[in-house]
Amino acid sequence: MAVLDIRLYPDACLKQRANAVECFDGELRTLVADLDETMQSAPGCVGIAAPQLGIDLRIIIVDASLRKGVENHGRQVLINPEIISWDSYVIGREGCLSVPDFTGNVMRAETVTVDALDVNGQSQQFEFEDFEARVVQHEIDHLDGLLFLDRLVSRRSDLFVRKNYKNKR
Amino acid sequence: MNQWFMLTVVGKDKPAIVAHVAAALFEGDCHLGEASMLRIGGNFTIMMMVKHDGNEKSLLVLIEPVTQSLGLRAHVDRIDGELHHHVEPDVCITVHGADRAGIVAKVTGALVEVGLNILSLESDVAGTEDQPIYIMSIEGQAMEGIASLESALSTLVEQGVEAHLRPIEAVFA
Repeated sequence: MAVLDIRLYPDACLKQRANAVECFDGELRTLVADLDETMQSAPGCVGIAAPQLGIDLRIIIVDASLRKGVENHGRQVLINPEIISWDSYVIGREGCLSVPDFTGNVMRAETVTVDALDVNGQSQQFEFEDFEARVVQHEIDHLDGLLFLDRLVSRRSDLFVRKNYKNKR
Repeated sequence: MNQWFMLTVVGKDKPAIVAHVAAALFEGDCHLGEASMLRIGGNFTIMMMVKHDGNEKSLLVLIEPVTQSLGLRAHVDRIDGELHHHVEPDVCITVHGADRAGIVAKVTGALVEVGLNILSLESDVAGTEDQPIYIMSIEGQAMEGIASLESALSTLVEQGVEAHLRPIEAVFA
């Protein structure tokens, strides 16, 4: 296992669509272990995507359990993840390992259902909510060459977009 | 020697002011840092960090053609320019209701007493001329924890101020 260098924006590898993983072998497991160790070496970090390390593959790790007091599924490795449903939208603050010294407001779905494969190539499905849903969407964006900078909304617009949105639907 | 200045420009708002000011600064070999432009009550306002090889006077001379032609006033202060050291807010407070005198003093006074360090504050008067409503959004650091802020806010709410507090839980990923 190794802590790898985090690629920083404007590194071109952060703006490319990553390729699907096809080989579920020992090399993949080593890569996932490196991703995990790199994520854990960054204080406060709750997710990482392979393109952040310059690796052109659709792999993310999320671990919302690292944040106190939020609902979570623990540490999850999601390979070739796809969001198959979204529900409700809410604005929240995001920062990124690849964009030091900046946080911004981003609109995300409050709940997402995600299909993905695990490190053995077995399919799995999750329903993520709130904080954890935001982490997952932030990471899946990395696989499509998108940063939270691409989705910034004005801080002023925060005022009237609140969680009770969905109750009004 | 390059030095940071805070350049403040205000005047009656019209299109393209930022572009003209920025062009004059660029042509004068200035470098820009953080900036905030807002239209306030029909007025153009901007504060911008400008790195300039000169002094307050030479910076004013540089942008004088633009400020004169657009009817703007400029002010320059020498500052310690600190980039790459953002302080992140951990709480967002919104206040709104019928506009009335003293609401900003009352709310900010109560919150500062229980440890709020305000990092940004924006307020607006909306509604109609007959029935103005006041909207304020504050982001800050809860230096003594969020519970003490919540308690201060609930006192304000009892006094008829519509105020909400929300922790900012930034996703860092």
